[in-house]
Amino acid sequence: MNADMMPAAIFFGAIFTGNILLSNYLGMCSFLSVSKEIKTSTGLGAAVIFVMAVTTLLNWIVYHYLLIPLHLEYLRFIVFIVVIAAFVQLVEMIIERVSEGLYAALGIFLPLITVNCAILGVSLFMVIRNYSLVSSFFYGLGSGVGWFLAILAMAGIRKKIAGASIPKGLEGPGITLIIAGMMALAFMGFSGMINIS
Amino acid sequence: MFSISTLLISIGAITALTVFLAIILVVADAFIANYGECKITINGKKELTVKGGRSLLSTLMEEEIFIPSACGGRGSCGLCKLRIESGAGQYLPTELPWISKEEQARNVRLSCQVKVKNDMEILIPEELFSVKQFSAKVESLKDLTYDIKELRLKLIKPEIIEFKAGQFVQILTPEYKLSDEQVFRAYSVSSVPSETDVVELEIRLVPEGICTTWIHQYLKEGDTVTINGPYGDFHLRDTERDIVCIAGGSGNAPIKSILLDMAEKGNRRKVSYFYGARSRRDLVLPEEMAEITKRLPNYKYIPVLSNPDEGEDWDGETGWVTDAVARHLESGDNVEAYLCGSPGMIDACIKVLTEKGVPGELIFYDKFA
Repeated sequence: MNADMMPAAIFFGAIFTGNILLSNYLGMCSFLSVSKEIKTSTGLGAAVIFVMAVTTLLNWIVYHYLLIPLHLEYLRFIVFIVVIAAFVQLVEMIIERVSEGLYAALGIFLPLITVNCAILGVSLFMVIRNYSLVSSFFYGLGSGVGWFLAILAMAGIRKKIAGASIPKGLEGPGITLIIAGMMALAFMGFSGMINIS
Repeated sequence: MFSISTLLISIGAITALTVFLAIILVVADAFIANYGECKITINGKKELTVKGGRSLLSTLMEEEIFIPSACGGRGSCGLCKLRIESGAGQYLPTELPWISKEEQARNVRLSCQVKVKNDMEILIPEELFSVKQFSAKVESLKDLTYDIKELRLKLIKPEIIEFKAGQFVQILTPEYKLSDEQVFRAYSVSSVPSETDVVELEIRLVPEGICTTWIHQYLKEGDTVTINGPYGDFHLRDTERDIVCIAGGSGNAPIKSILLDMAEKGNRRKVSYFYGARSRRDLVLPEEMAEITKRLPNYKYIPVLSNPDEGEDWDGETGWVTDAVARHLESGDNVEAYLCGSPGMIDACIKVLTEKGVPGELIFYDKFA
């Protein structure tokens, strides 16, 4: 059934109903630490969109043309991580060489992303849900956009509450996690629209 | 079912994939990340030709120009600032927390974050050229308290160091059992500048600290160590004002150097030195610090214990060092202050001194983070 889903439905589903951050709580560490400023959030979010979309595609190819034919599906965790790490490093090198502006805005965040569990999570979900190549790409892209949206919203909220008096023990990550929980509740309101899990 | 062929196939597949990716990265590193030779012009005079692709901080270090840095290039201490006139590109998000608007206008950059990718023109304060790397021999290593050791280093090459009392040097901790990389850590010099062939340091053992553990538990007399320096702008200003020094822990070191230097030079300014410790066994060199008064006529040593042991005959000051300062200091109008110790202590002292009327720009400090 899932395999037959329209890529467009998967794309929007990954953004709203099955948001990787707000419904699976993946990619939390960089979400909590970088969401202090809107500008850096935008940079990191854009980097996540790009890396998620492309690594999901690469991992699909590796999985279906290398691991399945050799019956090595159980090695997917380690293989996916290696592919993601190598890809991120390559992209960082290229960006640094090609565009200084892009490096300052985006490249500096790439090393952070290698260890972002949301990236690996998306590749693993793609396998579990048996997506086709095109669907996987749109699933990766959608998840990235969803993550971007979530961190941008969080950065906006944190900016609003910057001047608020928060109980001492809740400052920083504490209040951020509570806000993330509220955002997740709000996003659950979308769940009737499309079901991708 | 387990079989040898499954094992071989999985090892082969993983190896092939990893080797393939590694080759791509090696090739990319050689072609994409290769910036060839770059020319660095320093202060418009000196020219260096270096291999590009690494951070400016480590490139300069290789050329024996030492920029102070406490974190070793991770962008977390904000010390390695330089002015870069051209060739650095735009500011990176990792630099901005450390660089103010005024500094941006003067092209101040964090040299550990800026990569050498093309020709550059940089400005380095002249005094950093006097920063050198020394090899030195451990002349003595003795306990001052249960957790502070005095390390005396005899310089081997170069044989002479020029520094101002209050400045610090960095010690290179080599790879050893507890650390698999070399790190530099900064410590204030406690000896006087007139002793040009010796660097003496007071080092407190930090639990889990890479460098302090190495010095306390692994270093022996006769060993050779590498240091570089001097760094820092914590030194006595040449004015006529009264001086208040406040220190805690190994913060005694730079103050000791400053006081002994004043004594040698026959300085007659009024000096009060408050030293905060928990109990008597935490006091660093109490007799020696009190005896300086014989050579420095207007000097007063005021140790303050926050937690004297029961039954200890202590007739000196007790409580927090800040309270003792508040009791002794009547007015801060004609005072300048030199503080050295933990960030918490320094912040509390700045508050008290400001309330007493000491102008903020005349409070100099060295935070031991």
